[in-house]
Amino acid sequence: MAALPDKHETVTLDTFLRGLWQENPVFVMLLGMCPTLAVTNSAINALAMGLASTFVLVMSNSLVSMMRNFIPKQVRIATYIIIIATFVTMVDYAIQAISLDLYNALGAFIQLIVVNCMILGRAEAYASKQRLGATIINGLGIGAGFTFALLCLGVVREVLGAGTLFGFVLFGENFQPWVIMILPPGGFFVLGAWLLIFNWFRDRREQAERDLAEVQNER
Amino acid sequence: MSTTDTQSVTQPTPAFNMLRTLGLVATISGLLVVLSYRITLPMIEHNKQMAIERALFKVIPGAISRKNFEIVNNKIQPSGDKPQGIALYAGYDANGQLKGVALEAAAAGYQDVIRILYGYDPYCQCIRGIEVLKMAETPGIGDKINKDRNFVKNFEALEARPHASGKGLQNAIVPVKHGSKTEPWQIDAISGATISSTAVARMLNDASQQYVPIIINNLSVLENQE
Ligand SMILES: Cc1cc2nc3c(=O)[nH]c(=O)nc-3n(C[C@H](O)[C@H](O)[C@H](O)COP(=O)(O)O)c2cc1C
Repeated sequence: MAALPDKHETVTLDTFLRGLWQENPVFVMLLGMCPTLAVTNSAINALAMGLASTFVLVMSNSLVSMMRNFIPKQVRIATYIIIIATFVTMVDYAIQAISLDLYNALGAFIQLIVVNCMILGRAEAYASKQRLGATIINGLGIGAGFTFALLCLGVVREVLGAGTLFGFVLFGENFQPWVIMILPPGGFFVLGAWLLIFNWFRDRREQAERDLAEVQNER
Repeated sequence: MSTTDTQSVTQPTPAFNMLRTLGLVATISGLLVVLSYRITLPMIEHNKQMAIERALFKVIPGAISRKNFEIVNNKIQPSGDKPQGIALYAGYDANGQLKGVALEAAAAGYQDVIRILYGYDPYCQCIRGIEVLKMAETPGIGDKINKDRNFVKNFEALEARPHASGKGLQNAIVPVKHGSKTEPWQIDAISGATISSTAVARMLNDASQQYVPIIINNLSVLENQE
């Protein structure tokens, strides 16, 4: 977060990749926990929620970026909320048109994308200060990071809790599904395990960088 | 930061600017929402129709076409543009023979209300199938009412015979403990999901007590639909 420039960012590969790794909304910033825990009981639900949130994020932040010099600071939150709610409503209709089964599985969590702080947070911290191009690329990166994180949870929970992946049966008749994994406690278990893995990797990488710097200093 | 602060003190944002921005954003929002509503409406309607039909042809074996009726004041009539009573769908085979009717039923389950569509065959006077339309039962426990093979078997021919007096059923539909079903009007519950199984039995019993006599009394209305 501290790295966020107040000046216009030049678009580089890092503008996109940051969202996947350094600023991953779920694993690093711990944003959007409600959909992360609630709709990752299957891989397809996780994927659909990830893509829907990405669409809302990119579209709403693009509009915020285009209008950034035109939105007085006093009404900015109200403006952002209207913009986000608009695209959430569009996604809501679109999913109903694509598949009612999917719509029923995601339940109220589609509408609740409105209050996903990942989206409002991006509008406030990034899109309101950056050019359109950078905003789109950055939003796609953050959205990809969010979708990736949801899939990490959804795949593990569906495989362990139902013995299937994207609905395809993986194991034989004798497989006894670990049902707790698709129930709410399973969401917390799997999220905790992923956070552990993610932070362990990060620590190792930072340690390696520090060691390298030390070696170079000694020379 | 400090420069913008002094700026905003010396130059307050005119009220007009705030109204202009909010007004413009609200207008854009209205246009986009109405546009996407209009575009997706026919697709959503189509999906809903397909969902009803898929469920319908599953609970009325042998049906390939349907007609919509409704129950108003204990009478069955073809449904008009505006729904007036309880919806009832009749399913017909290729020769236009009535194969059965389907109705919705609902009752509180373990987590939330369970809503089902059930098919009734007036010739064997039995329920021929159920399809869960909506439920929030626990995965792996209560949601077995949808897939457990032994449980689904209950509804291949579940007796629902009208009482000779013309009111209610001859034998109420009741749930029994897993493995102790002896009569055709009993439902063999899923062990470990007694609450969900009982909810299904209760909603079928309540609905049948009320509507089976009406269906049997108005059979000619349903049959002569060519
Ligand atoms: C977390 C949890 C979820 C449950 N979900 C259901 C359910 O969806 N449907 C149900 O009938 N019973 C459910 N039960 C079990 C019921 O509390 C009850 O034990 C069971 O229906 C009794 O069945 P039995 O008489 O066959 O042992 C659940 C229990 C727990 C602890």
